[in-house]
Amino acid sequence: MSGISRRGFLAAAVIGGASTLVGTPTRGWSANSFDGYPEGMGVLVDLTRCVGCRSCEAACNHEQGLPEPDLPFDDMSVFDQTFHHGTQKRRTDENAYTVVNRYEPEEGGAPVYRKIQCNHCNEPACLTSCFVNAYTKTQEGAVIYDSKVCVGCRNCMVACPFRIPAYAYSSALNPVVRKCIFCYDTRLSQGRPPACVEICPQEVLTFGYRRDLLKTAHDRIRTDPERYIDHVYGEKEVGGTAWLYISAVPFEELGFDTSLQREPILANAQDFLSNVPMVLAIWPALFMGFHRLSTKGKEREEESQSFDREEG
Amino acid sequence: MKGLLENGYRPIDSLQKSPGGRRWTFTEKMLLGLSPREYLNQVLRNPLNWVFAAVFAVGVPLILYRYLFGLGAVTHSSNDYPWGLFLGFGLFVMVPLSASGFLLGTTVELFGRKDFKPIERLALLNGLLGYFFAVVYLMVDLGQPWRLPYPMFVSWGTAAVLFLVGWHVATYLSVQIMEVSESFFEWVNWPNARAYIKRITIGLTVAGIILSTLHQGALGALFTYAPGKVHPLWYSENYLWIFYFCSSVFAGLCMVIVVSTVVKRTMAWRCDRNFLDNLDRITLGLAKGASMALVTYLVIKLIGIAHDNEWAYLATGWGRWFLLELLLGVITPIILFSVAIRRNMVGLIRFTAFLTVLGIVLNRLNTALIAFNWNLYQEIPHLFEAMISVTLFCVYLVTYRFILYRLPVLYAWQSVPDEVYAVELERGLIPGQELVPAPAYQRIEDSP
Repeated sequence: MSGISRRGFLAAAVIGGASTLVGTPTRGWSANSFDGYPEGMGVLVDLTRCVGCRSCEAACNHEQGLPEPDLPFDDMSVFDQTFHHGTQKRRTDENAYTVVNRYEPEEGGAPVYRKIQCNHCNEPACLTSCFVNAYTKTQEGAVIYDSKVCVGCRNCMVACPFRIPAYAYSSALNPVVRKCIFCYDTRLSQGRPPACVEICPQEVLTFGYRRDLLKTAHDRIRTDPERYIDHVYGEKEVGGTAWLYISAVPFEELGFDTSLQREPILANAQDFLSNVPMVLAIWPALFMGFHRLSTKGKEREEESQSFDREEG
Repeated sequence: MKGLLENGYRPIDSLQKSPGGRRWTFTEKMLLGLSPREYLNQVLRNPLNWVFAAVFAVGVPLILYRYLFGLGAVTHSSNDYPWGLFLGFGLFVMVPLSASGFLLGTTVELFGRKDFKPIERLALLNGLLGYFFAVVYLMVDLGQPWRLPYPMFVSWGTAAVLFLVGWHVATYLSVQIMEVSESFFEWVNWPNARAYIKRITIGLTVAGIILSTLHQGALGALFTYAPGKVHPLWYSENYLWIFYFCSSVFAGLCMVIVVSTVVKRTMAWRCDRNFLDNLDRITLGLAKGASMALVTYLVIKLIGIAHDNEWAYLATGWGRWFLLELLLGVITPIILFSVAIRRNMVGLIRFTAFLTVLGIVLNRLNTALIAFNWNLYQEIPHLFEAMISVTLFCVYLVTYRFILYRLPVLYAWQSVPDEVYAVELERGLIPGQELVPAPAYQRIEDSP
């Protein structure tokens, strides 16, 4: 019996050890330490300047070679569209990587327009939740996606706190995730601003190093405190994002989720992930110990007797 | 089957065909020892098969439709609700209900509680099939199922909880196949392979505990990626994985009670005396284990609410829904189990186990679908999505039954060398038509 146990122990140790190798986060970065690449680019969105012309939507559509939408980009009736019994405004989908929505501030006044797209997190939830590593955070700050390895589990969509990634549900043979990639292939990797920034006639969007943009944002708030809410959305949210927003209207009135945590989303799973190697290392000995403790002395008895005769 | 049994049919449970001492051929074993015509007749006579046929007639074309026209054609999975019933039910419910394999494996092999031996194989099979069909549901839900091996062989996303789930479910599936193969090797008469599995049983069992602890927990940890989306009452950054692991313990045990009840009522002919006579006693034992896990679960759920200070949510509509889930799936079972155990009421235990299983279904669906996006809008699964889910569940039931009819899961396989058999046949020691325990010769467990 002890021979069996030893062999059993070895088998468990081998299986356990093998799983340690494959099942543990090998990435050394702890969740709270990564503030983004120093040379990471970003975009500052000044919501006080946007007039809702939707030219950014059109530029994105053209740059990314997306299909022509049902309503043309100069049709402003899209701002009146609502979905799911009037609870939802337009959102990004497989054919639109950026969308502008109109909000009526509670205290009245002119409507506010808000552009949504991927915020390109410093430590993206999509990236850290992906089990085939389809996402990459580039040095330039973009979060890009490799459709060639994507299995289509859609965990990234569950994980994204901004609900940005969209899935090509209509495709049977090659459904992939679709989202803004900061025009990485065609522009950002060559140091050029994304198409939406370049076309914006109102200078709503400012392209630059993220660290510089943070200074700009705070400068604007400091020089005109009457105009702006004292908050740069994206500075701290879920570990910081490359896209930053400043606004005259409280962010929660503009559909921003202001309840987001400051730590990256991965931090929530760290608790569990850090226990994994411990379980793998401790369980074999622990349970083999239990086995020896509970069966020692009974073995001889069992060997001489058939199991199913023990009844009652 | 009833008619056949009245006419003297005796199910195959040994190597040799009674008269003449010839061995059963593979075909005969597949046909349960019936002639093809008899076999077909009993299939057609069973009304349940007609229900299955009706379900498949609708469901199988729908599955084909899904692969031809994409997920969008059959589901309400959307950019806001990426996961629907296929994962919400197929993965998140099937996996905890399949914890039975590692639980009974541990009880019998590791802790040496041989008094649970008669149900061990059923528990192992229940585990294997549950996991296997969780993967089947996954294959329907994945956008590109043909890339399922990618996280193993092509691209590793090692920081992801899902990576862990994938690897551990794959490894554990292999472990369970090995565990269950023992009965398969008996059935096909490969004694050497069977002896090998027997030798590594303890290793397999320990591996099963490790992998189960981790991936049962990991399914809970998956939702820690969606803090604002899962309602705070169902969410716990620190404890969700422990909730999932702990609830899988009573889920697995209660599932074995439910399955054994169904088996006892619908295929008693396939069970041997050892199984039938011991079932009530074992059911009582399983219920004791389940109640301990239930009480623990209730306590840690309350700790979870206290830890995140979520008491205020209990007064809301979501809070009432949460309390209803706890009441139906946890508190009522605790009370009923304690009454039933004290008074030896096996029937009540069976009912309670069923209730507990429903409680688990509700809990997993709540986390994955109902209380998911609680502050957005409620999504109702597509009719086709529900029909495909039911179809896959029926395939699961048919497979389950197919295996139980054949492999020695509910009965012990009597493998006697042909020479010994011939002698015993001569002396009139071979059992007759009624189900009787093993005769004087040694049962298979005694061989090394």
